[in-house]
Amino acid sequence: MTQLNDLVQRAEALAEKTGQSLSTISRKLLNDGKGLSRIKEGGQATLKTLTAAIAKLTDLEAEATIGARDLTHLDRLEAEAIHIMREVAAMSENPVMLYSVGKDSSVMLHLAEKAFYPSRPPFPLMHVDTTWKFKEMIEFRDRRAKEVGMDLIVHSNPDGIRDGVGPFTHGSAVHTDIMKTQGLKQALDMHKFDAAFGGARRDEEKSRAKERIFSFRTEQHRWDAKNQRPELWNIYNTRVHKGESMRVFPLSNWTELDIWQYIYKEKIQIPDLYLSAVRPVVEKDGVLIMVDDDRMPIGADDVVEEKMVRFRTLGCYPLTGAVESEATTLPQVIQEMLLATTSERQGRVIDSDAGASMEQKKEEGYF
Amino acid sequence: MSHHDDLIAKDILGYLDAQENKSFLRFITCGSVDDGKSTLIGRLLYDSKLIYEDQLASIEKDSVKSGTQGDKIDLALLVDGLAAEREQGITIDVAYRFFSTDKRKFIVADTPGHEQYTRNMATGASTADVAILLIDSRYGVQVQTRRHAYIASLLGIKHVVVAVNKMDIMDFDQRVFADIETDFRDFAKDLGFEEIMCIPMSALDGDNVTTKSDRAKWYKGPALLEFLEDVDVDSGTLDNPFRLPVQWVNRPDLDFRGFSGTIASGVVKQGDEIIVLPSGKRSTVKDIVTFDGSLKSAREDQAVTITLDTEIDISRGDIICAAEFPAEQSDQFQAHMLWMDEAELFPGRQYLLKTTNKTVPASVTNLKHKVNVNDLSEEAGKTLELNEVGVVTLSLGAPIAFDAYNDNRMTGSFILIDRHTNATVGVGMLDYSLRRASNVVWQDLNITKAERAEMKNQKPAVLWFTGLSGSGKSTIANLVEKRLFDLGRHTYILDGDNVRHGLNKDLGFTDADRVENIRRVSETAKLMADAGLVTLVSFISPFRAERQIARSMMDEGEFIEVYVDTPLEVAEKRDVKGLYAKARAGEIKNFTGIDSEYQAPLNSELTINTVEMSAEEAAEQIVAYLRENGYLGGV
Repeated sequence: MTQLNDLVQRAEALAEKTGQSLSTISRKLLNDGKGLSRIKEGGQATLKTLTAAIAKLTDLEAEATIGARDLTHLDRLEAEAIHIMREVAAMSENPVMLYSVGKDSSVMLHLAEKAFYPSRPPFPLMHVDTTWKFKEMIEFRDRRAKEVGMDLIVHSNPDGIRDGVGPFTHGSAVHTDIMKTQGLKQALDMHKFDAAFGGARRDEEKSRAKERIFSFRTEQHRWDAKNQRPELWNIYNTRVHKGESMRVFPLSNWTELDIWQYIYKEKIQIPDLYLSAVRPVVEKDGVLIMVDDDRMPIGADDVVEEKMVRFRTLGCYPLTGAVESEATTLPQVIQEMLLATTSERQGRVIDSDAGASMEQKKEEGYF
Repeated sequence: MSHHDDLIAKDILGYLDAQENKSFLRFITCGSVDDGKSTLIGRLLYDSKLIYEDQLASIEKDSVKSGTQGDKIDLALLVDGLAAEREQGITIDVAYRFFSTDKRKFIVADTPGHEQYTRNMATGASTADVAILLIDSRYGVQVQTRRHAYIASLLGIKHVVVAVNKMDIMDFDQRVFADIETDFRDFAKDLGFEEIMCIPMSALDGDNVTTKSDRAKWYKGPALLEFLEDVDVDSGTLDNPFRLPVQWVNRPDLDFRGFSGTIASGVVKQGDEIIVLPSGKRSTVKDIVTFDGSLKSAREDQAVTITLDTEIDISRGDIICAAEFPAEQSDQFQAHMLWMDEAELFPGRQYLLKTTNKTVPASVTNLKHKVNVNDLSEEAGKTLELNEVGVVTLSLGAPIAFDAYNDNRMTGSFILIDRHTNATVGVGMLDYSLRRASNVVWQDLNITKAERAEMKNQKPAVLWFTGLSGSGKSTIANLVEKRLFDLGRHTYILDGDNVRHGLNKDLGFTDADRVENIRRVSETAKLMADAGLVTLVSFISPFRAERQIARSMMDEGEFIEVYVDTPLEVAEKRDVKGLYAKARAGEIKNFTGIDSEYQAPLNSELTINTVEMSAEEAAEQIVAYLRENGYLGGV
């Protein structure tokens, strides 16, 4: 019976290809884990059984070819993020995606396009603009919102603008609080958003390891430890009272490496600031700060140097340290990141401010 | 922070390509700090080189200062240090940690502390496929080991690693290990695990954690990390029936109507037949739409949007299932529940029950018993308090489609939400429906009556011949059928006499039996009309009321009453079957026309006067009626 031999050979090839054991395949084909090995040793099968087994095998081979059988870690992270976004779109009355123009925001925006395709994401983007962002970030932001076709809300704290708040004059802590934290609260209150997507990840900062994906905030935007809800399976409790809201983190389970790999794999646009180029920088307290506009005070001792630098995170230019680097392509950036020995946020001035831990900021309403 | 330094430095593109194809595993570690759990997690992070230099430097410093391991690095400090620093009083305390090897990315759910253990562990276990239960080899299987194993089993984890730790203290004595393994397997035999892997280990020294130990040569199994890299938690469930809980209806414009959701189980292909619950509507998958183009097929855990061949009404909360294996539906369940809130469960109170895509009002109608998670014994109780597990009956405000949790974690799980505080107060796993009847999914056959009839080039009709015995009903019906048959139409005759030999042979001729006789025949005629047939019913059916019942059972225009009008004298004179004679002789009781009334139709579609025309002419007249009224399609 050549058909029997053929069946065994094809089943063995499938086992090899899919990494399943022959007995698993045998069970699927013949409802009997030992069936194939019996046939192999000269056992017989009725024509009806054989025909059914061959048909089933053809199906299994087709599935294996299509690749329906294995999802990579990025596939799974992507699916999880999409699930979260759809849940918010379906359950929240007035959601918004906080867009900070960084690489995590870029990934989040890309996932939103995927989640709702062929529809446009059913919520606007919102950027809390401290007015001290890199110029390139603002150009990139406006261009991307236009390309994706989403509404873009830009909010800058009018009180802060009135008082001329800035990092050079008021220090990073006051600047961040007024322009970022207070600005964000104002914007959320003004538009009455009940869910806001953020790009934060659990691996990003120690205190985030226990953060929920749906993080509950009181009417005053406070993160209340006692009121965080258990998250089991993929069932999320999205219910809030009027005035309360959710911060939603679809990238919770991504690591920095996952983000970079995904950007590389999906060819996601990110601001050029992530790539090295010759840029004018001044060294202040051991940190290289880029001279992005003429608001930057250049003291008598300060030397503006043209250096080959890039940024590992993007924020307010006076608060974001550049790193010297020759990495001008994405793979080179990833290479440097992987070979680096210190963590991502090190270039961010905000974390090293005394008494201003992420945790405290979170309770106050900063992301 | 990497594990493949050479490739990163030499060939970053090669590295990135290799990393793209990593698989994914979520697992949970169960045990206390005393069992060496923190050391184990620290070891996994350390050996996969995911610790930054600055972090490592501080551990090394702390190890000298406060470590318990002499000159060795105390890896527990990495994890414990974070934990102490992170005591935030968060209600549910699960820390998620990440590491990866060349083969897999791992997410570890770490549930520290003894307090609140049950709900913390349940939360971590709900998304995990593997549980690592740590046992201190000095003490063997303890109460907490049983508790961990039970919770893992309750949450549906099928793969368990029993990490028999601190074997260095026991000099890697094979008998110690074998005793613990036997104990555990004996205890766990009823917990439904598919795989139990016992590994002798020293997390402190790294024996059998990432690499095989030289100190336990008698152990032939894999090291922990090898096992975690290779364990197949995936392929088994792909054979489960397709389920897509609809999360969001995708309608960018009037031309596109897609159904978005994450596939809860199985595989779907273009062209697959599906059934939608709870409506029971059927259709075929037209396309699997993604941002990156159409997919020929998609599998469990993928977030997709599917479109269907026909436009049927589907909304969030519905579940699209493989047509041949629909999920069950019910509004009454038995379930296992775990209480998560400080405020106790109030049986009878209305909560909101949320499944993966649907929210309905629900109450716990009965607490059958509580389960003591330490020894699995059943205890009576009136309520569930924080961290307590029980078996309950649930009553829902509306039916939901579901699978038993044991068959499908995604379509068998739910959370309970307090309607006032909006807190998630309980979580549960559906065991089974308490309503037998609702196990039946209404078979909304996707081939409709109209389609069946159209295939036969006809419209379904029930020609109801009524008239006295011997009036010529059967003769005419037979001729009509023959004529239709010649025209290539599909017909069937239900004849009073024939039906009484089989379907209705238990019925006599009392008025009650006559009514039942007609009812059965009407139902049968209805099924035949549904099959698209032109059905000819040849029945005396003397009462207007019963004929009206039959008429009302058929669709509009389907019922054609043919009154075969033959005067009693003529019929009695013909007396083909000799029945009138017997009736006159009193041998047959309740004979229509003799001692039982015949009510002639008042508004029949057709009246055949058999005195004025032959049976053939009558048949021709009936066929002409059918043709003129569109029952025969294009002739």
